[in-house]
Amino acid sequence: MLPTLGYLLLATAFLVCLYGIGASIHGVLAREERWILSARNAMLLSWPLITLSALSLIWLLLTNHFEVQFVWSVTSRSMPTYLKVTSLWGGQAGSLVLWSWLMSAFASVAALRRWDRDREFLPWVVVVVLVTLAFFLSLALFFDNPFSRFWQASNGQTLAAMFPPAGAVPLIPSDGQGLNPLLRHPGMILHPPMLYLGFVSFVIPYSFGMAALITRRSDDRWIRLTRRWTLVGWLFLSLGLVLGARWSYDVLGWGGYWGWDPVEIAAFMPWLTGTAFLHSVMIQEKRGMLKRWNMVLIILTYALVIFATFLTRSGLLSSVHAFAQSSIGPVFFVFIGGTCIISLALLLSRWDDLGGEEHLTSLLSRETLFLVNNLLFLSIVVACFWGVVFPLISQLFTGQQVTVGPPFYQRTTGPLFAGLLLLMGIAPLSAWGHTALQNLGRLILRPFLLSLVLLAVLLAVARLSDPGALLGFWLAGLVALVTLDEFWRSASARSRTHPEALPVALWNLVARDRRRYGGYVIHLGVVLMAIGIVGSQFFQQQTQGTIAQGQEIQLGPYAVRHDSISEWTTNDQRDVTRAVIAVFHGGNQVAELHPRRDYYFVAQQTMTIPGVYSTVQGDLYLILVGWEPIASNGATFKIYWNPLVNFLWCGAVVFILGTLVAAWPDPERRRSRASAPHWSYVPAKQ
Amino acid sequence: MFPQSSRAARQGPAIRRQLASLFWIGFLGGWAGLLLARGHAVAFQAPAPPPTPSADQVNAVARQLYCPVCANVPLDVCPTQACEQWRAIIREELGQGWTPQQIKDYFVQAYGERVLASPPAQGLNLLVYVLPPLAFVLGAYFLYRAVHPWRRGPGQAESTPPSPPEDEYARRLEEQLRKRS
Repeated sequence: MLPTLGYLLLATAFLVCLYGIGASIHGVLAREERWILSARNAMLLSWPLITLSALSLIWLLLTNHFEVQFVWSVTSRSMPTYLKVTSLWGGQAGSLVLWSWLMSAFASVAALRRWDRDREFLPWVVVVVLVTLAFFLSLALFFDNPFSRFWQASNGQTLAAMFPPAGAVPLIPSDGQGLNPLLRHPGMILHPPMLYLGFVSFVIPYSFGMAALITRRSDDRWIRLTRRWTLVGWLFLSLGLVLGARWSYDVLGWGGYWGWDPVEIAAFMPWLTGTAFLHSVMIQEKRGMLKRWNMVLIILTYALVIFATFLTRSGLLSSVHAFAQSSIGPVFFVFIGGTCIISLALLLSRWDDLGGEEHLTSLLSRETLFLVNNLLFLSIVVACFWGVVFPLISQLFTGQQVTVGPPFYQRTTGPLFAGLLLLMGIAPLSAWGHTALQNLGRLILRPFLLSLVLLAVLLAVARLSDPGALLGFWLAGLVALVTLDEFWRSASARSRTHPEALPVALWNLVARDRRRYGGYVIHLGVVLMAIGIVGSQFFQQQTQGTIAQGQEIQLGPYAVRHDSISEWTTNDQRDVTRAVIAVFHGGNQVAELHPRRDYYFVAQQTMTIPGVYSTVQGDLYLILVGWEPIASNGATFKIYWNPLVNFLWCGAVVFILGTLVAAWPDPERRRSRASAPHWSYVPAKQ
Repeated sequence: MFPQSSRAARQGPAIRRQLASLFWIGFLGGWAGLLLARGHAVAFQAPAPPPTPSADQVNAVARQLYCPVCANVPLDVCPTQACEQWRAIIREELGQGWTPQQIKDYFVQAYGERVLASPPAQGLNLLVYVLPPLAFVLGAYFLYRAVHPWRRGPGQAESTPPSPPEDEYARRLEEQLRKRS
């Protein structure tokens, strides 16, 4: 009963989306506002329908309805309740429901906004959002149905279908397979929803962009309207990436956080184009330039959002043959191709309307530096995209399978990231329109000299000699000093012109221009992350050794002693082997670690959970690789020393805080919007 | 005394024979011992087999290879049984004195180029390395074209006079804040 209800709710939501698309287009063509309002209501209705459907599925997960194929594949009786809920996104079918659910929520929020000044956008925003939503719902309904049930045919064959095949009887397995052990980690509880929230958020600016193109609005209104959406999308995407990195660090047991895996890269690419877009739209807002380029960027971001979902869901990553056999792969391919072609055709048809009001007036200006920033971001995207698709191209044309791994990405993108850091040090000091070299030199002189002092300290005290690491640290130092100097100069300038103490002046500055100073906080977060990345990439040490109880291994500033190892079976069908390790620094015990390996009987899969001792200086990261029979009491450990890696996680927190500051709603703007004049939903006849 | 002497005279050749026997036994024994010792010496002088490679040495090579079965997993961290066996092969080959390059060549021959972390720069694979820099150069060219008209246009001299350091900054800051609010 409940599976049928959930399915019918999903099907109704799909039909409502189709109705909304049709009603909206009809409303514009027939110039009848009631149809457009009805389409908006359809967009609003999609959310409760999909919510009820998703809740049905969650209830089925919670109550062990193993006759439902999806429930059987991702849960088991022994799983705790919270994992049963999060197993909604533990498989493809449930992920599609989650995607649709989040999309409909964002669509509803967009529908509920005040449309007074931008009514002509509404019908087209509804169409674009509902087309995207209908596409994902159609995948869940027709290609990977989360409510399919098991049936036993009269010939004894087991089938999975929504409705009973002729002569078949329901089949109810006694227990499920359980969630993939790798997904039973707190990081994985939040990582997929955050990433999906980021993905769906970017659909809103894209839909406004398309609406602007269709309605021939060549001003920057669509950008101003979606600025906060973009920032929110960017925030969630950043959170998703960071949580994914942390999950990888905590669960995958290889001592790192970013392996340049195609799935990671797929989620990273829309973040890169989104970041380029966030910088580029400022040029359009300030100077009325780059209208076409901003459209290209938002189309690209939307395409990459769909591509990221496509890449992980189509089977394309494993091989081109798996893609061909995948049921949803070709559908995704057609959808991405179709939306790209339509979007670009629309852009080309409006090309002349989108000519810039102004032109670049100086080689040394903020807009030129932002354009260089865009060039670097897009170059990284090209390298990432090419690295992901090349193995497929090679397989397709030569039959030869190749791996494009971290060395390629590090060599290709490393200099580009360094270039971005350098720009972060220069661009905040530049002015719109034109910056005199003399002025720029005067502003950067103090931070530059201080950064050289930092560099000298690194050379003298830390005795660093790797040129790449030195360059990375120096650039991070320069950006940090420039940013802090900007805060200092702004606050002291304000405290001179207003009778305010320095902290009050700083607070008022940030409160009045959140976007700018939130951006600076983000830059500081990036600096911390860069320090963590350079430290852990250039100076990571590792060793592996088999030691008996009481023996020690030395790595970096630490010695680790194997104290004991024990093995037991848990109620949730795991065989746990856990070692007790004492960590010494300078002869004193500073920590006790418990690296372990969990073997899941049902999934026949082993999880390696590291023992980590974290300090500001870095992480001692210890993995239990193997162990000898009880008699010898020996065990093999792999130990990593990851210097400065915690700067990465701290930087991520600062980064997120900065984004929150930049995206925080502005009450003054709400008031001004409320007093805006009423326009028509449909364009006036010309 | 005589009888003793005569007895001694009679026993003399026997003693000599015994002494001679002892000599020869000692000589032959010493020679055999020398030979044995020499044999040992020869055995100790033979090239010693290379010591068993350490796990770190194995991992240093395995890190440069990718699991031939799992997608995108370096061989040094892959937890599967198959990869454990492949690491054992690396250990064995290092033990036989193979260089890391020879081991990599062996794996490429056995499992194809996909075991390498990056494809070798030859044939179609060249595209991997050529396209990203080419895209960057093209992008830089388009950017240059966008800026170029300004560079050749009139009046591009740095007309903005150097502003008084801090007062001008405060004025601009206030202006920006006014625009924001």
